Formats: sequence, C-alpha cells, structure tokens
Amino acid sequence: MGSTIFEERDRQIHRKGDEPFSMDCDMPSLAGAVSQRACVFCGSRVVLYPIADALHLVHGPIGCAAYTWDIRGALSSGPELHRLSFSTDLQEKDVIFGGEKKLYQALIELINRHSPKGAFVYSTCIVGIIGDDLGAVCRRVSEETGIPVIPVQSEGFKGNKRAGYNAACKALFELVGTGVIDDISPVSINILGDFNLAGEIWIIREYFERMGVQVVANITGDGRIDDIKRSHGASLNVVQCSGSTIDLAIMMERQYGIPFMRVSYFGVEDMAESLYRVANFFSDGDTDIMDRTRELVRNELAQLYPLLEKYRKDLMGKKAAIYVGGAFKAFSLVKAFRLIGMDVALVGSQTGTEEDYRELYDITDPGTIIVDDSNPLELSSFLQEKDVDIFVGGVKERPIAYKLGVGFCDHNHERKEALEGFVGMLNFAREVHSTVMSPVWRFSPRRISQHSSYELSLKAV
Amino acid sequence: MLDMTPKEVSERSALRINPAKTCQPIGAMYASLGIHRCLPHSHGSQGCCSYHRSHLTRHYKEPVVASTSSFTEGAAVFGGGPNLRQSLNNIFQVYNPDVVAVHTTCLSETIGDDIPSVVRKAREDGIIPDGKFVIHANTPSYVGSNVTGFSNMVKAMIDYLSSREFGSSKDVNVIPGYVDPADMREIKRMLGELNVSGIVFPDTSDVLDLPMTGSYEMFPKGGTTIEQIMKTGSSGLTISLGAFASEAGGASLESKCGVPFKVLDLPVGVHATDMFVKSILEITGEIRPPASMIDDRGRVMDLMTDMQGYLYGKKVALYGDPDQVIAMTDFLVSMGMRPVYVITGTPGKRFEDRVNRILGNDSSNCLVKASADLFYLHQLIKNGPVDLIIGNTYGKYIARAEDIPFVRYGFPILDRVGHGFFPTFGYRGAMRILTSIINTLLDRVDRDAPEERFELVM
Ligand code: SF4
Ligand code: SF4
Repeated sequence: MGSTIFEERDRQIHRKGDEPFSMDCDMPSLAGAVSQRACVFCGSRVVLYPIADALHLVHGPIGCAAYTWDIRGALSSGPELHRLSFSTDLQEKDVIFGGEKKLYQALIELINRHSPKGAFVYSTCIVGIIGDDLGAVCRRVSEETGIPVIPVQSEGFKGNKRAGYNAACKALFELVGTGVIDDISPVSINILGDFNLAGEIWIIREYFERMGVQVVANITGDGRIDDIKRSHGASLNVVQCSGSTIDLAIMMERQYGIPFMRVSYFGVEDMAESLYRVANFFSDGDTDIMDRTRELVRNELAQLYPLLEKYRKDLMGKKAAIYVGGAFKAFSLVKAFRLIGMDVALVGSQTGTEEDYRELYDITDPGTIIVDDSNPLELSSFLQEKDVDIFVGGVKERPIAYKLGVGFCDHNHERKEALEGFVGMLNFAREVHSTVMSPVWRFSPRRISQHSSYELSLKAV
Repeated sequence: MLDMTPKEVSERSALRINPAKTCQPIGAMYASLGIHRCLPHSHGSQGCCSYHRSHLTRHYKEPVVASTSSFTEGAAVFGGGPNLRQSLNNIFQVYNPDVVAVHTTCLSETIGDDIPSVVRKAREDGIIPDGKFVIHANTPSYVGSNVTGFSNMVKAMIDYLSSREFGSSKDVNVIPGYVDPADMREIKRMLGELNVSGIVFPDTSDVLDLPMTGSYEMFPKGGTTIEQIMKTGSSGLTISLGAFASEAGGASLESKCGVPFKVLDLPVGVHATDMFVKSILEITGEIRPPASMIDDRGRVMDLMTDMQGYLYGKKVALYGDPDQVIAMTDFLVSMGMRPVYVITGTPGKRFEDRVNRILGNDSSNCLVKASADLFYLHQLIKNGPVDLIIGNTYGKYIARAEDIPFVRYGFPILDRVGHGFFPTFGYRGAMRILTSIINTLLDRVDRDAPEERFELVM
C-alpha cells in the first residue's frame, strides 16, 4: 500500500488481527483527499426525497438540484411529484441582493400548479452564506397556502451526510403531531429508515400487515405527508439503518413517548429477528401475534432455502469487499455473505461511528480490513491485495471494480433489485451469483494466467 | 403519472424546472481531466465534488477522481485559504500529480477566496514542489453553466501554461470543445490523416475511455501533457471548436502569445466537417484531403441520399449544450429536417442569433431559446408535436409522455452506451448520428405500421 495511504488516515483503517481495536471516525475528510463522501444537503435530500406528494424545492444555484434530479429509485405507488427537479437557479444578482423574493415566487407558483400536500425547501451552501431567512419565507407561504412549508437547513458545509440526516429529521418532526390519530390501532408502527428503493418497503409492509400490525406511516419510502402528520399515533417506531432517521425516532420518543427499536431487513437472520422483535413488543396485547409471525417466517424460509442452496454451492469460499454509505448496512451485508458461503475481506463505510466499527470488528473474520471514509486509490489497492470476487458499493465504486476485473453489486440508491426481506435475500444471492459467475471475468487480465500464451502476451503490454 | 407538465405556457422568472444545463464546476473538472496527470481540485465543500464526480462517472462509466478542500463551517466563516493550502500539501505528498487544476464552487466564490495568492504563498513555502503546477479557474455556478466552466478552465490552461518559448509555428492547436473522449480521439485521427501536427487540448481520450487492464490508475496514460500545452503559444493557428466552450481559450492565446485563432462550429455533420477539413488544408497547402477521407465523406453522402425520403420535413425538438445544439441544427437542416424547437439551458443571446442564422428563412417557424429548461420544452411539444426529440438523457420523460422517438445526443447520457466509443465528429461521426436517427425513425414506422403495411424491406 505504501504511498497510497495518507499517514493521517492510518487511524481510520484497521486490519483485524492488528489489535487492539481502535478507530477514529466521524471526522471531517482531510482537505485535499479524494473522499467518496457527500454533503449535508445530499443527506437531507436522500431522506426526504421519497415523500412523493411533497414539493421538493432546492434553493440554490442550479447544480445542487441538477445532480439530484431523479437519481434515486425511490418508488411511489401514487403521486410522483418528487421526481421533478425544482430549483430557484440563483443568479449573480440574487447572490448579491438575496434570494428570498425569488424563493417566495417559486413556491407560490409551484404550490398553485401542483397542489402538493406539503413542501420542503432545501438550503444549500450559498444560501447559508447570503443569509436568506428561509424560515420566514416558508412561514409566510405556509400561512398563505395552508399547507406545511418546511425549511430544511442543509447547507453543505455544516458537516457530512449524517448532519443532513439530522436536518431532515428536524424537518420531518415539524410535520409529526399535526394529523388526526383517532382510527389508529394499538398494534401499530411507523416504518422508519426505508426508502422504497426498488419497491422494498412494499415487501416489508406486507410482512407487517400479515402479522396483523397496522403501518401508520412510511418514513420515508413511498411516503405521504398526511401519514407522517399522524405518525405520532403509532405505538412503536421501527427504525432501519444506522444514521438516517434515528434522530427522528429519538425526538418522537421524547415528545410523544413512542418507543423505538433498531432493525435491519437485509439478510435472513436480521429480517426474521426484526419481525420477531416487533411481534414480541405487541405480544402482551395480541397473544397470537407471535404465532402468526413464526408461521410467516417459516413459510418464507421454506420457500427461500432450497432456492438459495444452488447459489451457495457456486459461491462457497469466494471473497467479497463492502464499501457502503452507512455502517448498519454493512453489518447485514457481512451476515448475508456468510449465509451464501462467502468470506468478507474488506468492509467500510463513509459515515460509520466508532461503535459501528467496533461491532463490525466483532462480527468479521481475522484479516478483514475495516475502513472509514476511504478513497479510490485505497479501495483499489485493498481489492487487489485481497483478490476479491465481488465489490459491493455505490456509483463511484462501480467503475473501479470493473477496471480491476472484479464483479460488482450496487447496494446504494441505484440498485434495481429489491434486496430487503426474504425475497430480497434471494435477489441478492442471484445478483451476486450472476456477477461473480459471469464468464466475462475470464477475459480480465487478473484471470489470464490460466489461459494461453497469446493472452499472457497481452498482459505483458 | 410522470407527466405533470401543463399545456399552458406561463411566464416563469423565479423558477427552474427540469434544467437543460448544470453548474460550472463540473465543466471545469471535465476539462482538467484532459490534462495528463492532472488532479482536478474542487475548492468548496465536499458535496459538490462528490456530485460532479458521480455525474461524470454515470456518463463516462469510468472512475473520476478529484480532490476537495472539504469546507467546514469554519472555512465558510473565515475563508477557505487554509483548507486550500492544506489540500495542496496533502495532494502533492500523497497523490503526486503533475498539475493540480483548482476550480471554485458557489461557496468559495461567495466567500471570495483569493486563490492566486494562496497558491503563490504555497509555492514560496515549498508546498508545491519544483516542476509541479497549480492552475485555477473561477467557476461560480450562478453565472453561465457547465459549458462556461469548461471554457474558463481551458482559458486557465492557457493563461497559466502557454508560452512562446517552445513549440513550432507548424503546429495547429485544436480546442475540441466540451465533447466526449471519442470525439477528441477522432479529431486527433483526422489530423493524422490530414498529415498535420496538432495539439489537441484538453484531451480526455485515454483518460475517460480506458480499456480494461486489470489495474486502476489514478492518472491514466491520456491527456494533453504540460509540455504540449506550453507549446501552444508558438503554434501557427488555434482552431476553437464551438464558440461557447472554446472561443475564450483561443482568444486568450491570441492575446497572450499572438497565435491567431478561428472559431468553427463543432464538426458535426458534413458541412461543419468540411469547414474543419478546409481550415486544415489551408495550413498544409494541400488541395484536397486524402482519398480515405474523401471516401468517408462519400459514404455519408451515400447514406444521406439513400434515406432522404425518411428524413425530409421531419419536425425535430433539439436541446442541450449550445455548441452541440448549434452544430446539430446545421446538420439537421442540411438533411431537410425541420428543427422546430431549439433550446439550451445556457444563457446567451448569441446562441439564439446563431441558430436563427442557420435556419434562415425557416427561422420564423422555429422557436429558439437560450436560458430555457425542459419543462418549457415539454410545454411547447404539447402545443405542437414533433416527430423526433434529440438531446441528453433527461429528454426521456418527454419522449415517453408524448410517445415521440428519441435520439440521445450530448451530455449527459446516463442510460445508454455507445457514446463512449463512437464519435459524433467528422464524416464517421456523421454516419453514426445519421444511423441512429434513421434507425430510430424506422423502428417507429415498424411499431406503428398496420399489419398490411408492415414491410420487410425499407
Ligand atoms: S453549489 Fe454550486 S458548484 Fe456546488 S453543486 Fe451546487 S451549483 Fe454546483
Ligand atoms: S453547494 Fe453545498 S449543498 Fe450544494 S452540493 Fe455543494 S456542498 Fe452540497
């Protein structure tokens, strides 16, 4: 590795076995680093974007809006207003004289045209500097139009993606508690931290409904403003993913006394465990719920296991590398790879906490590299060192894997297959299998040694 | 339903919906990648840099590296000078590029960081090693567009690096415009075919269209070298392809080093390619291009004449970056097609004037507009349908909503492949554009033909 690693980054990389475990994280990226990280705005946008009947207006220059135009496969079963790109497209004169008037006009025009159920107004870096009073404009528009218009304080420089999650949660919290909750069953939950990528929340909702649990609000996948407004009527918040919506759950617990539990829907163990824990929570009032849940899990597994077996046979002993946004996702991925017989050689995230990495350390095998806030050079040197068969990451990681001749699975917002739930595990296995077993790698230079002298001569060039 | 565009067109002054442009820094980042062993550096918060890299990666399907000053709240309040200084220090120690090309973002522009003085100080203090370079361009996104950013960075290359000390007046400089690596490669190939020694800059071929080698190189083999850029100051002529992306660079080189420059449209289509080839012949003194090139031209003509029946009078909606759109308008008109809406997101009355001139008498039947967006274009199409839409990936929503054939062209293309390999420039590029237009129209004829009119031979 040598010069590909910043000295200062040493403390954000750990090789299990080096002992004792300690890691610095949640630090701002080093100035000058080719970081894979994004900004506060990105975090907020990711969390709020799936609310399909809301207006999402980016207050700032054009780029921030252009790059977040419909890039996430957060599906909606109804309205699709979230998929349009609205921006105030700030110009030089706005930067000098302020953009409040423009913002006001844009909001009024959009609300009149699309009659959304609510609006989110995202602040970008520049708005933080020119000092527009987002709150005041939003309040005024809200009064005039009668819908909630909520400022999202997501100036990019105020931290990394996690700070953006927090800003999004604060924005959501303004909605919570403003709706009617009369008809909500005591056996009810909100689903937090699922964004309905490739339709995943539909799978999860269906499980809960089969268990007899009412889902009040999806937060935020296939989300609706009115559901979120009355989400304080639910008895439990079920929170997936480490960072993105946990702050909302904490705020709702404080204000409304709604307890929350952290779950993961990814991988067989975690999925089943999540359902059981929810069932357990309600089992005092609903004595049959545990039985129904067991039945559900049994049925799903009975279907799943035989199908998984054929992938497992092929994949046994192959090696995987994981680099994802949040560490929580990484836990589940480690377990999921194990289930299909694969070894994890590298695992890292953009935004994990010390606690997250400690947990990763506990569940990984010796020799596994654990890394925080990595960059392409580091990642590629690790991938080569560990000679992995598949890399799981996001858009910026994909071409690196392919250049090295390594299979790839998108576990980020560009994924096309639902990976959650029992059926998601099957999709995951199928996707991993198809990329790892694809014959195309046969032509890649790192596999060429097994081939003809002609091919070897190509490698020498 | 994805179609939320009302038919009635209303005046919008405060709002941009579904933009037909993006911001300056991404253009600057792209231009920087066309210098050999250059690390683009985004002086701002890390979000912008991450977005630009992801966006470029989605279009080129290649890893894109760039570093960032990683502004925090402190930098936003007290200025980003120290971040830039620390960045340069880290960059040269770890990544060791030959050049760092700094561009600003809205944030650092608004704060008003003085990049040259930070760089000067870093040089004095030995942070920038001898023989290494740092150049910079100001790229506020609240002015212009991605094209402006590209243009500004090309100008920066000249302002910082060009000189009259090296090089030869026999060389011709070509600034290829904000185009794909395949087009830059095609320009180089044509220069070779025409037997002229040229310096193409920036040049992202072999940077963003790399073969799979089994290894990842942070600085791939391609890109115009610093030596070449230095030499541009002695060349006999600069050809700036595309006024919006390349004129500023040509003009700057003329005023700095006295190299005359000539602005041509992007060589898209037969006529514009003719103009490019003629300009080169004027330098070499040859009367005609080599036979191989004449044959290429003949093949395009052959295709155009064979298929003109399917093209004549077809109404087209065209949008994208101004240089691409201008050149394509000319190509379409030359085939008897009728551009009826011609739009760019980039501001500039010049765009409207140029397109109207190409359209000539037909301009009264065409709506030409700069600073427009795709929401507006969709409204126009709802009020007067077209036979074909040509533009970047974002047009697919309109194409689907209105059920109109769609040819992808320009930046970005996020949902198809091919642009990475096949040029749009030159006679060969014209063949590619033409085949995709014709095949797209023919697919539609097949799809819509009633059984009795469904034909084998077309
Ligand atoms: S802040 Fe400016 S530079 Fe950054 S993404 Fe937004 S528009 Fe582009
Ligand atoms: S300007 Fe700020 S908010 Fe916009 S992308 Fe850049 S870092 Fe993020």
